Amino acid sequence: MGKIKPRAYYQETQNGGFIATKINYMLGWGRKYSLFHYPFITACCGMEYMSAACAHWDFDRFGVGMTTFSPRQADMLFVVGTISQKEAPVLKTVYDQMCEPKWVIACGACAVSGGIYDNYAVVQGIDKIIPVDVYIPGCPPRPETILNAIEKLQDKIQHQKQDWQWKIKK
Amino acid sequence: MENKKVIEALKKTFPGKVSEIPDRLGDTVVRIEKDAVLNIMEFLKNRPCEFTMLLDLTCVDYISSKDCFEMVYHLFSISTNNRIRIKSEVRKNELDIDSLSGLWKNANWLEREIFDMFGINFKGHPDMQRLFMYEGFEGYPLRKDYPLRKRQPKIPLRKKT
Amino acid sequence: MNRIQKEANQESLLINMGPSHPAMHGTIRIMLELDGEVIRNSEVEVGYLHRGFEKTCEHKTYFNLLPYTDRLNYVSPLINNLAYVMTVEKMLEIETPDRAQYIRVIMSEFSRISDHLTALAAMTMECGAFTVFLYYIQAREEIWNFIEQTTGARMTTSYIRIGGVRADLHPDYKGLMDKAIKVTKRVLKDVTGLLNKNKIWIDRTRDVAVANPEMAVNYGFTGPCLRASGVSYDIRKAHPYLVYDQLEFEVPLGDKGDNFDRYMVRMKEMEQSMRIIEQAVEKMPESSSKDALMTKGIEPDEAIKASRSKKAEERVNLSPNLQGSEKDVRPDILVKGKKYTVPPKEDTYTNIEGLINHFKFFMSGHGIRPPKGDVYFSVEGGNGELGFYIVSDGTDKPYRLHLRAPCFHIVSALEEMIKGHYIADVIPTFGSTNMIGGELDR
Repeated sequence: MGKIKPRAYYQETQNGGFIATKINYMLGWGRKYSLFHYPFITACCGMEYMSAACAHWDFDRFGVGMTTFSPRQADMLFVVGTISQKEAPVLKTVYDQMCEPKWVIACGACAVSGGIYDNYAVVQGIDKIIPVDVYIPGCPPRPETILNAIEKLQDKIQHQKQDWQWKIKK
Repeated sequence: MENKKVIEALKKTFPGKVSEIPDRLGDTVVRIEKDAVLNIMEFLKNRPCEFTMLLDLTCVDYISSKDCFEMVYHLFSISTNNRIRIKSEVRKNELDIDSLSGLWKNANWLEREIFDMFGINFKGHPDMQRLFMYEGFEGYPLRKDYPLRKRQPKIPLRKKT
Repeated sequence: MNRIQKEANQESLLINMGPSHPAMHGTIRIMLELDGEVIRNSEVEVGYLHRGFEKTCEHKTYFNLLPYTDRLNYVSPLINNLAYVMTVEKMLEIETPDRAQYIRVIMSEFSRISDHLTALAAMTMECGAFTVFLYYIQAREEIWNFIEQTTGARMTTSYIRIGGVRADLHPDYKGLMDKAIKVTKRVLKDVTGLLNKNKIWIDRTRDVAVANPEMAVNYGFTGPCLRASGVSYDIRKAHPYLVYDQLEFEVPLGDKGDNFDRYMVRMKEMEQSMRIIEQAVEKMPESSSKDALMTKGIEPDEAIKASRSKKAEERVNLSPNLQGSEKDVRPDILVKGKKYTVPPKEDTYTNIEGLINHFKFFMSGHGIRPPKGDVYFSVEGGNGELGFYIVSDGTDKPYRLHLRAPCFHIVSALEEMIKGHYIADVIPTFGSTNMIGGELDR
């Protein structure tokens, strides 16, 4: 005879109890639909970012519309365009100034992997400096691709482990 | 003033330092000696030649074939609608030339770019610093012996105070 | 230590408008020395988008480096293509067909309109006029729809090739072109009503950052910034290229050279560009094979099989990617001659001469090999005189390629233009110079 399983209130699943998963879900829902993004725009992909932000392919309807120019108030970093070796310390400083939880989208071929520029002056992909969540290919990517990437990021935010439980410091 | 008359006036005023290069496409190209650059440019800027705009200033690396760098100046005159191209050689063992930043103000940044990319020093320039590359970059990128994909040594992220 | 840190007074405040900032133009760093709110001195630092364009071009063939030129002035991409291609054509001494020249004029005028729209959109948005930004971007979307229908891409097109253009205009181009012109005219009329007599706009831009004609010429200004100072110099009138000498248009001038004049010159230039486009569409020679394109042809694999026994004579259906570059329309859009252009796809796959030409064009060491020498050619870009200086040593790769960037000279005057003004005047000044990072830093 096996042990009688406890009630669903205390039921141990992979993610924690019933209450814990529900709070995770609510936090994820709240975080994904209210993203403040910091557009770190350097080059040509900025034109397609402008198109994605304006009236035709509006990304405000996904909840990402609030553009903030202070990294302390942002929770998503949108790296758009080529990052050169001179600009790399600036990018790292901006990323360090953001508060947890934070996500990074690398938009365009140059941010993903250096693009068509393989030379002394270009960082071959920003994941050599900061961790990246979503990579958008294209040179430049169409605005619909940017919208698709935002949806993927929102999926990721919904299903990741939200960092809300009290941690006991050892 | 027509370009032909400009070249004759140049040859008369600066004998021995000016020579015309025939160009098959119809442009006017003149070669001058390095030490007369400042005087010749001043002569061209004032009346009667009136080349009031410095369009461009660039440099070509001929180290492997002719053992020199070649400075190329493009001048333009709005009143007479003429263009002229002036070339001047800089030998490898004396990499400096007079600066034109007293005559045309955009020469300031153009010469900083050439110092950054080729390493040529400009005498009399107010602020000789690198323009495009960051502080701590070693080498001169546009020279032919600098490989395309060379990586640089790491520099610290923030200045240690 | 920067120069401004060494020269500054002890009591003044040093402020850094850093490389990552809200102005939608590109990465540039402006360090200001302030006395209260008045700017006493400033230093501009560039190079944050240096991508090694000139060095990369020494390692690519003349045909392969076309996509790199697209990404220089990314708000008016077709004009950069045009400048590079016309320089190489001057070196090779070839003439393009008439219809290709008219198509190039139409495309480059649409690019110029798109450049001015983006520049003014960014300038007005930073001053607070958000509605104007949305209107301008809406007009730009219509123009990009038209460009996409013909070239296949919205922005980085690589459409203008050595010897002509890549493909003929789409058969239904008139619909989208008329819509683009209609929307642009309506947007310009709306914005004129919103901004021209607006007290806030006039207070922010009148008599700010004045550039008098002597200073403008001394600094090497060209384009709308020079014309706003009163000097009448436009390459399309002074050294006409393509078919501009057969088209009628005016060159608008400003009188004072302040920010408001630079704004007005760009608004008026857009109207003149639309006038050029309408004239070019009327004067363009007819496509010589319009009816032939309507007939359906045979499928490619049948054509290849048939060509083994005899020379192929019927039309072949090509894939939608190659629409517009069929063999029938070739004489209109590309120069004749196997040394400068890729042979048509029907020839490449069905007969041996086409295959050999294709192979020899792309083989390294062969292909386009201009004679030895150097050349300089310039066109009127959105910002001013965009010139290329190419040195060739007889091989298939350029020995040295240098770009004369118009906004390099204009931004070098920024330090002098903002001296003595308030810190809030930096934003419209910087916006009106239309600095594009890809062109400035190459």
